[in-house]
Amino acid sequence: MTAFPFSRRDLLAAGLAGGALMASSRVLAVPALGSQRLLVVFLRGAYDAANIIVPVSSDFYYAARPTIAIARPDPANPKAALPLDSDWGLHPALAESLYPLWQKRQLAFVPFAGTDDMSRSHFETQDTIELGQPLAGSRDYRSGFLGRLAATVAGCHPIAFSNQVPIAFHSASLQVPNLAVNTVTKPSFDARQQKLIEAMYATPTAQALAPQVAVTEGFSVRADAYGALQDEMVKASRGAVNPRGFEAQARRIAALMQDRFNLAFLDVGGWDTHTNQGAADGALANRIGDLGRGLAAFAEASGPQWTNTTVIVISEFGRTFRENGNKGTDHGHGSTYWVLGGNVRGGRMVGPQVRLSADTLNQQRDLPVLTDYRALLGGIFARLYGLSSQQISAVFPGMQPVDLGLV
Amino acid sequence: MRRPLLQQSLAALALALVAQPALAEDKPSSDLDLAMVNRLTWGATSAEVQRMRAMGAEAWLQAELHPPASERLPPAAQAMVDALPMRDQSTVALVREFREQLTAAKATQAAMPPPGQGAASNGPAAPNPMQAGPSGTAATQSMPPAPPTPQEVRRDYLGEAFKQDQTRLILRALYSPNQLREQLTAFWLNHFNVHAEKAEIRLLVRDYEDQAIRPHALGRFRDLLEATLRSPAMLQYLDNAQNAKGRINENYAREIMELHTMGVGSGYTQKDVQELARILTGVGIVNPDRPERPNPTNPAAIRDGMFAFYPGRHDMGDKVFLGHVIKGSGYDEVRQALDILCAQPATARHVSRQLAQYFVADSPPPALIERMAARWAQSGGEIAAVLDLLFHSPEFRASLSHPLLKDPQHFVLSAVRMAYDDRMIANTQPIANWLNRLGQPFYGHLTPDGYPLERTAWNGPGQIEQRFEIAQAIGNGSAGLFKGEAPSSTPRQAFPVLQGALYYGGLDKQLSPGTRTALDQAASPQEWNVLFLASPDFMGR
Repeated sequence: MTAFPFSRRDLLAAGLAGGALMASSRVLAVPALGSQRLLVVFLRGAYDAANIIVPVSSDFYYAARPTIAIARPDPANPKAALPLDSDWGLHPALAESLYPLWQKRQLAFVPFAGTDDMSRSHFETQDTIELGQPLAGSRDYRSGFLGRLAATVAGCHPIAFSNQVPIAFHSASLQVPNLAVNTVTKPSFDARQQKLIEAMYATPTAQALAPQVAVTEGFSVRADAYGALQDEMVKASRGAVNPRGFEAQARRIAALMQDRFNLAFLDVGGWDTHTNQGAADGALANRIGDLGRGLAAFAEASGPQWTNTTVIVISEFGRTFRENGNKGTDHGHGSTYWVLGGNVRGGRMVGPQVRLSADTLNQQRDLPVLTDYRALLGGIFARLYGLSSQQISAVFPGMQPVDLGLV
Repeated sequence: MRRPLLQQSLAALALALVAQPALAEDKPSSDLDLAMVNRLTWGATSAEVQRMRAMGAEAWLQAELHPPASERLPPAAQAMVDALPMRDQSTVALVREFREQLTAAKATQAAMPPPGQGAASNGPAAPNPMQAGPSGTAATQSMPPAPPTPQEVRRDYLGEAFKQDQTRLILRALYSPNQLREQLTAFWLNHFNVHAEKAEIRLLVRDYEDQAIRPHALGRFRDLLEATLRSPAMLQYLDNAQNAKGRINENYAREIMELHTMGVGSGYTQKDVQELARILTGVGIVNPDRPERPNPTNPAAIRDGMFAFYPGRHDMGDKVFLGHVIKGSGYDEVRQALDILCAQPATARHVSRQLAQYFVADSPPPALIERMAARWAQSGGEIAAVLDLLFHSPEFRASLSHPLLKDPQHFVLSAVRMAYDDRMIANTQPIANWLNRLGQPFYGHLTPDGYPLERTAWNGPGQIEQRFEIAQAIGNGSAGLFKGEAPSSTPRQAFPVLQGALYYGGLDKQLSPGTRTALDQAASPQEWNVLFLASPDFMGR
């Protein structure tokens, strides 16, 4: 059942509706969002970080991955990793898209990042991350960390670019809209019909199923999205490149984050590489190439707003450090997170690191976690939005943020 | 056998409810009849409600729980299924034919000079490949016949097979007289999720649905579990086809325990995952290109359709799984491991909880789950017996007064059932498209956890707004559900009439005041339809 008709009814009773709700419901929240834009990208399926941000100084890496390792940086070899620093290299499929951002110091990586959840279950750990609550104690599925962030920071206009609202955006105090950007078509209801439908959802019984505020919000998000994307489609048809797949999706998201939305969540699935994941070429290389092109397109399509934009790329866990018997990798632990944006202090590997060898692996199997994702994100949020430690603990209860100076 | 659990410890509230006659809730029994039909089927139709009232609630329920083994659709629907061209081909034949066409296309391509033409169809063009649909055929017919590229063969052959399977699945959901079995088929397809887009799984899902899922949907869970384990779709999807001695792949072993049986955090360890992966070595699928394998002279080899057990790839060492020593012996180890898994109380609870989520509430009462798990143990995991308890529980009865938000599949299918009752549609493609738009196509979930059962996953503003758009397409008759119908067939109105027997037979009296007020303001019968399908009353089941 839907949670929280309670607070929404209160807001309705106060005469707030639709778009006004977002801004007005947070008169008590102190800091202003300003023009900050934040996009969180979740790589569902636990991407193989070690083959994307490659520990090139580790002989153990090359021993542990006899068939899938990415070669050490070598300007003469197009299949070799691109140099990041003396210990790390970048997958060559990102050469055209994200490597330039690294060189412009707008992209940083945080290796050995993740959670203390050791279930090695995709779904359990994804929930852990999205909830952002301490692992011990019972989980409150009605409260995700982005939902709490949106409720803490004034002027947040959140959206999930997906066909379901992710747990990260569950919230006790606001209803976050979702929008699948590849299915936006012309809205088909006139104002009178919209009013009739909204009225049907204004009763308590109806609110239990789909709250009236959400219904109103749904109409308005759809109309706005259609308006914004119509422009984009016209532009695209006038000789602009005609991007496809994820790249097109990313451009649309950038267009929608120009005016109306400034806190967004996006899923990119398909990272569960148990077999034949490939190395410089192959399944994982194709996927990461798509992702890189999409993120670069997002940066480009953000235009001047890029300087106010931060993108954080996360995943539920890493994979086994050794390749398995099928030229793939199984479920592991520590991962590498990405932070990029016009305001990011990038071009560096950030956070505590450890020399990678058989004896430094977690449970002789996978990467240890040295930077807790809640501490990491908490630190970024604090800098971006100027949040007090009290406000950070509202977003990540019981967690001390670490400031890695990323933004 | 009906209601044997009164003696068990129930919460005080539940006891109070049980003490009353089961149907004497705060609603008259005819309302509860309707709610019951709505809950256990893909949506109430006047025919189904009449049938239920004629039989009586209990007899109807027993008929739903114990349907005939054979599938019987109404003649018109059966005729449409029978007309699907690929219906008679075995999975092996399908896969072989597909690979032959692919090989031929590759050979043709290799023999041709290398111009860029034809490459356009390659690549990630369609944002959702499930919508690829009829593409190739129309395009290639209007052009001078050029040999198809391997990419086109792949897209068109797999696309066509999958489209036919979707058509069948949708027709059965809409028109099968065994509605509960169809709902359970969808439930188990989701519980044992496979994603059609991976590899050649689009050619394997028909077998999966027909052999592994539907026949066992109301039977023994143990049989269902082994049927999914022996299905080529599952073995390909979770990579066990490649799991072999010395080349261990943990993927399927982990998901069996985490998703299919015990549930995460229920006590198994990483070591148990690794031991089960060893037990599962050699469990794979036949390569239709080399049909002689596995060697039939080896008595330990098994071959059954595309399923195969390869003794040569099996790790014959002893294993310790969940505290049990399993002697190395071949496929029998798998049977032992499945027996152990199915006997775990965690499995009974995990699966019972999901059934209760599907039929009762997002957070089902723990006492109900415990009673279901007890019935599970007592019946040896008979799904119909566990459901029988569930449907007679006071918790279920009470929940009939509080509609559950429909998920997209329920919304779309119930809308079409409501709109056209038992009048056959001619084209299922719009339904497949709507399920895509709403994010819940059959076989469309990427990861093995399946679509969420919680209603909070489906009530976001964008999601609900999409439903209104679909309500409009169905309600005003513009949806194309009769496209392709022979012009000679019975004349049909341009839009459906929702104010029919079902509406006046009880639905009208249950409408909430807000909905009634809105319906009174409808400017046309079409708009009345749209508003009704968009109403909160229709969003619940």
